[in-house]
Amino acid sequence: MTPTEHDTFVIERSYPVSPERAFRTFADPALKRRWFTDGKTQDTEVFEMDFRIGGADRQRYRMTAATPFPGVALSNEGVYQDIVPNERIVLASTMTLGDRRISSSLVTFEFLATAAGVDIRCTHQAAFYEGADGPAMRKDGWNKLFDAFGQALEPA
Amino acid sequence: MNVAPLEVARIFHALGDPTRRAIVETLSERPQSVSHLATPLAITPTAVIQHLRVLEESGLVRTEKVGRVRTCRIEPAGFSVLEQWVGERRGAWERRFDRLGDLLAEPED
Repeated sequence: MTPTEHDTFVIERSYPVSPERAFRTFADPALKRRWFTDGKTQDTEVFEMDFRIGGADRQRYRMTAATPFPGVALSNEGVYQDIVPNERIVLASTMTLGDRRISSSLVTFEFLATAAGVDIRCTHQAAFYEGADGPAMRKDGWNKLFDAFGQALEPA
Repeated sequence: MNVAPLEVARIFHALGDPTRRAIVETLSERPQSVSHLATPLAITPTAVIQHLRVLEESGLVRTEKVGRVRTCRIEPAGFSVLEQWVGERRGAWERRFDRLGDLLAEPED
């Protein structure tokens, strides 16, 4: 059996709005759908969220022609573990690509009030199963990008 | 949809050289003639022209000869390709938070 791969990454972003306003974009399904789903790579077929502790969070997408696997279904089934209004959201979920479970994750969103607005800290902890996209694709390509830059910038 | 790999390779090759990066940095302030570029870099105008050819081929710089003077300026097209490539390399979650920023930049109903 392929060893299960584990990964944690943290993304911190600052936005010039109140924590209350930022929190609403996570709590209101219509608002959340606007930033959470990626129209370029996925057609969203299901976007349901029951925003309360123990409530279900479900998305089902169909990958578009802009991806390496057009037409394949990607779904995410989660349950809200903790919600503290304007402060914290914790969500545990499992992602399935086609008929394969590819990863299970615990994602924590923290909303920290600052003088300029709000800092949102997203901590993504996951176990990646066989055939998963891997932590690198999930997080971002920044490390690869900096490697590419580093190589390009090295004197020949 | 995606940026052509060859285009990106040319851009990284062009920016991989410190003299060519210095030329791009100078031109990002304002357009310059070849001789004005050569002096502070302490290289010959011939060498500048060779570097400019690489930068032109990568789509980062444009040159135009008016009378006897060749003027060089930044070409936004190459930078757009570079930006798009960077955008495509950013992962799902980074892009999500970019979109959240766009949403939060809108006036609230």
